[in-house]
Amino acid sequence: MLLPATVYILALVGLPFLIAIVYSVTDVTVGDTSLDFVGLDNFRRIIKTPQFQRALSNTLFFAIVSQVLIVVLATALAELLSRDFRGKRVVWFLIILPWATPIALGTVAWLWLLDSQFSPIDWVLRSVNLLGPGTLLGPEDHMVFLGREGLAMASVIMVHVWRLLPLAAVIVLAGLTTIPRDILDQAEVDGAGFWRILFRIKIPLIFPIISIAILFGLILTFGDMAVVFVLTRGGPIYYTQVLPTWAYFVGIEGGSLAEGAAIALFLFPLLLAVAILVLRSSRRMEIS
Amino acid sequence: MAVVETRDIKKYFGEVRAVDGVDLSTHDGEFLVLLGPSGCGKTTLLRIIAGLEQPTAGEVLLGGEVVNGLPPRARKIAMVFQSYALYPHMSVFDNIAFPLKAHGVSKEARKTKVGWATSILGIEKLLERKPRELSGGEKQRVALARALVREPSVFLLDEPLSNLDAQLRASARDELQQLQRRTGITTIYVTHDQVEAMGMGDRIAVMYQGKIRQLGTPQEVYDEPADTFVATFLGSPPMNLIEREDRLVGFRPERFLPTEAIELHADLVSFSFAVTRVEYLGADRLVYGAVGDVSGDTKAVSRLPSTVTVPIQPGDSYDFAVQTADLKFFDKVTGLRTGPRPF
Ligand SMILES: Nc1ncnc2c1ncn2[C@@H]1O[C@H](COP(=O)(O)OP(=O)(O)O)[C@@H](O)[C@H]1O
Ligand SMILES: [Mg+2]
Repeated sequence: MLLPATVYILALVGLPFLIAIVYSVTDVTVGDTSLDFVGLDNFRRIIKTPQFQRALSNTLFFAIVSQVLIVVLATALAELLSRDFRGKRVVWFLIILPWATPIALGTVAWLWLLDSQFSPIDWVLRSVNLLGPGTLLGPEDHMVFLGREGLAMASVIMVHVWRLLPLAAVIVLAGLTTIPRDILDQAEVDGAGFWRILFRIKIPLIFPIISIAILFGLILTFGDMAVVFVLTRGGPIYYTQVLPTWAYFVGIEGGSLAEGAAIALFLFPLLLAVAILVLRSSRRMEIS
Repeated sequence: MAVVETRDIKKYFGEVRAVDGVDLSTHDGEFLVLLGPSGCGKTTLLRIIAGLEQPTAGEVLLGGEVVNGLPPRARKIAMVFQSYALYPHMSVFDNIAFPLKAHGVSKEARKTKVGWATSILGIEKLLERKPRELSGGEKQRVALARALVREPSVFLLDEPLSNLDAQLRASARDELQQLQRRTGITTIYVTHDQVEAMGMGDRIAVMYQGKIRQLGTPQEVYDEPADTFVATFLGSPPMNLIEREDRLVGFRPERFLPTEAIELHADLVSFSFAVTRVEYLGADRLVYGAVGDVSGDTKAVSRLPSTVTVPIQPGDSYDFAVQTADLKFFDKVTGLRTGPRPF
């Protein structure tokens, strides 16, 4: 029973990982596939490049900001969905939509929404007189969402949040439903209002679940290149370059396999540490 | 002015009439027990009084004012749930201090109040513990302390002893009653256990199918039941009921005795009692059998104290009797109590 699964995991996860580790300490390139051991030279070299430094800080910024947004929005959404109201089904449908559509398709749709010439968002902004000469966001006729430093990063974050929000909301909602009704009623009788119940009762009680969700979210974010790749390819210049896309550009497009592997692996120790920490603390919370 | 009053409260969940027209009015400082079988609407009524549930119709008054629209936190009530509903992630201290915090009481005052409540309930040593480190009895006390700490005008207690084992329950019953006497806080206590109700209540409201069937002192509801439901719900074994013409005639098992064991021989109604089974319970004997009436034999029970030593064997018939004054008459159709009749 376990054997096929083990083989599968080893072949699809273990092997590429191992190859990446081996590559990262050699001088392999697309043109010269001989493996000569060079120690940590690759890492030392890439760290010094400004592109890498920018990609690293972008990755951290991208991951942290999107996670904060996802946690806050998912909690709000789950809180909303745990109540009964008219049109709840419609809200559910809208929430599941980003999750049900293929990533590339959704991102392409965003590409159109954020297009420099044909963005419908620009059109809406112009028609309500927020964009154009003499307006708040003017004087240009276009926002050029993906072409400006801050806006490009904001767009990437927004699309990523849009993608991960459904899963996060469902996880938080599942957590909320595990809280016994009596506890919430008791808090209400004890005089707690909405915010106190949310921050003193609900969130602490589902914290182990939230922290696991954050862990998965971080791993998905650190390892993800789809959104950035389709929307901006790291641009403008390298303002939205993140480590996975930079590893791809260096390793695959640039042919420098060893450096690409080193870039891709750079965050691995950090992720491992975060994972261990979160899993440990959430288990301790369960026991205590 | 009643501390708690309900006027024709109704609560329907679709087809289910959980509460179906309840008028209730507490006396100041009393211990009122809501007694009824499981599913009769006790919890729903309590939740409506607490403000956790909106009634389909009717009014709730606290201190003479209609509070229908008010959320629970705006009513000066404290509630203890059947599960105790302690906040699992908070220490005992934080649990008890929670209602105070929610009402903006200062840190100093919180400490004093928590100290006061915990000393009354004898749980000062548990303040640092988490709920999962407490026994059932300790949890119950923490829940009570949390209810007490705000000095509410009303206590609503929903079967607070049902999660304790039998031994603990007896002493907890005692403590709870003492606590109520000492604090003088008007209390509505829900239970399905008639022993608890009889032992603790100043008055008992007997509830069935969403309606209050009778409200009275324990003695009143036991001795003068308003209908056949109350008559058979209270007392163990329940009141015997036999048919006589258009009536049902009821008498308590402990009033149904062998004729020779009754000293006063005036005003007796005699029955021939065909005994089928005798249970020896130490202090009592329960004698099961049948008495003849118009529609044939009706099952009946007699409860004989150990002072009655008349030998009784299953399979034989004996002369049993009830004093006329101990007979209760009920309408056969409605089940309601009617006046005494010549038998
Ligand atoms: N939220 C609810 N939705 C539907 N039916 C309910 C709900 N709460 C209670 N009921 C029904 O109302 C009746 C009374 O319930 P409850 O007040 O809990 O009774 P008790 O506390 O006396 O056992 C039961 O038949 C129960 O199934
Ligand atoms: Mg109940």
